[in-house]
Amino acid sequence: MTYGRYQKYHPWLYEPRFPILWWIKKWAYIRFILREMTSLAVVFYAVVLLLYVNAVSDGPEAFAAFTAWLKSPLSISLHAVAFFFLVFHSITWFNLAPKAMVIHIGAKKVSGSVILAMNYLTWVVVTVGLFWLLTF
Amino acid sequence: MSNSGLQPTIDLEVYRYRPEQQAEPTYDTFTVPLRDEWVILDALNYIKDELDGSLSYRWSCRMGVCGSCGMMANGEPVLTCAAFLKSYAPGSIRVEPLANFPVARDLIISMDDFMEKMNRIQPWIITDEEKPLEEGEYLQTPDQVDEYKQFSMCINCLLCYSACPIYGMEPSFIGPAAIALAQRYNLDSRDHGQETRMDILSTDDGIWQCTFVGECSEVCPENVDPAGAIQRYKVTSTNDWWKSKLLPWTSKQ
Repeated sequence: MTYGRYQKYHPWLYEPRFPILWWIKKWAYIRFILREMTSLAVVFYAVVLLLYVNAVSDGPEAFAAFTAWLKSPLSISLHAVAFFFLVFHSITWFNLAPKAMVIHIGAKKVSGSVILAMNYLTWVVVTVGLFWLLTF
Repeated sequence: MSNSGLQPTIDLEVYRYRPEQQAEPTYDTFTVPLRDEWVILDALNYIKDELDGSLSYRWSCRMGVCGSCGMMANGEPVLTCAAFLKSYAPGSIRVEPLANFPVARDLIISMDDFMEKMNRIQPWIITDEEKPLEEGEYLQTPDQVDEYKQFSMCINCLLCYSACPIYGMEPSFIGPAAIALAQRYNLDSRDHGQETRMDILSTDDGIWQCTFVGECSEVCPENVDPAGAIQRYKVTSTNDWWKSKLLPWTSKQ
């Protein structure tokens, strides 16, 4: 794909193509692509949850069969990969939060590290809360 | 008495594009003295003075203020006046024009696109009503200045556009420096142009094209943090949208 937007009127301008594999040249770009790909892990979890709900509605046998599949090595390894990507997703997301959130208390700006700490704290509280809800 | 035989050297692979002679760019290799105090720009000046006077490139202040000597050095956008040769030695340095822009000649890019975009975001103070002269100056507290000062440091060197793959893929993206400049005025207590700029910025070609790669802020020589400016503006724009849906009587339309 050439842009062509200049060459029409300025034919002497050289317009390089933008390479499809632009992201493999630099670790920061690879990390960005990985972060974008974590959305696939989110989709995977959502689909598993929907299938599980579907199995529950199909009765005890379907539920038992699905639970058995969840315990299979394939399922466990898929979950391990998805979990890694989700943690990566969450950590990179939280680390970006201070860039977007600028909070003022009076005339003073709240520092980025405080915003970061508040985000992580909320994450921990929600996780512990969910764990408590599921186990008690 | 010459000790040129002992003088260490470094090779520069320089991108050449002479539209009257060639349809595709080529690379010329020049061997230049490797001096501790020399930056890539010094090496280019040496080439132009001593080796090949036809080499074309932009530069002016050679001290990181004018923003005209931005180029790619080994694939990284840098101000060549701030990139020391010794930090690349041993090994050669590949010098290319800034990525994501059309090349006019050798290391010179065409920046027309940026100029048009910078103008589009209306980078000046827009007031609802001019105060009469006798009321005096528009005063600001130091805190009010701090709100926008960082975003006012941009020297338009375009390194951020070269680091931005979104701009490479979607040239219609308004881009990091122009959006940071818009924020510089939006966050100024004397300015009332937020609404006007919102129409330009809160579009697909504006902030929503950005997927926060974040490299624009990494390469910025002035620590302007355009990525931060864009993310902040996304929050502002989202709040504005929710406000217009939930509290329609507060918006101006």
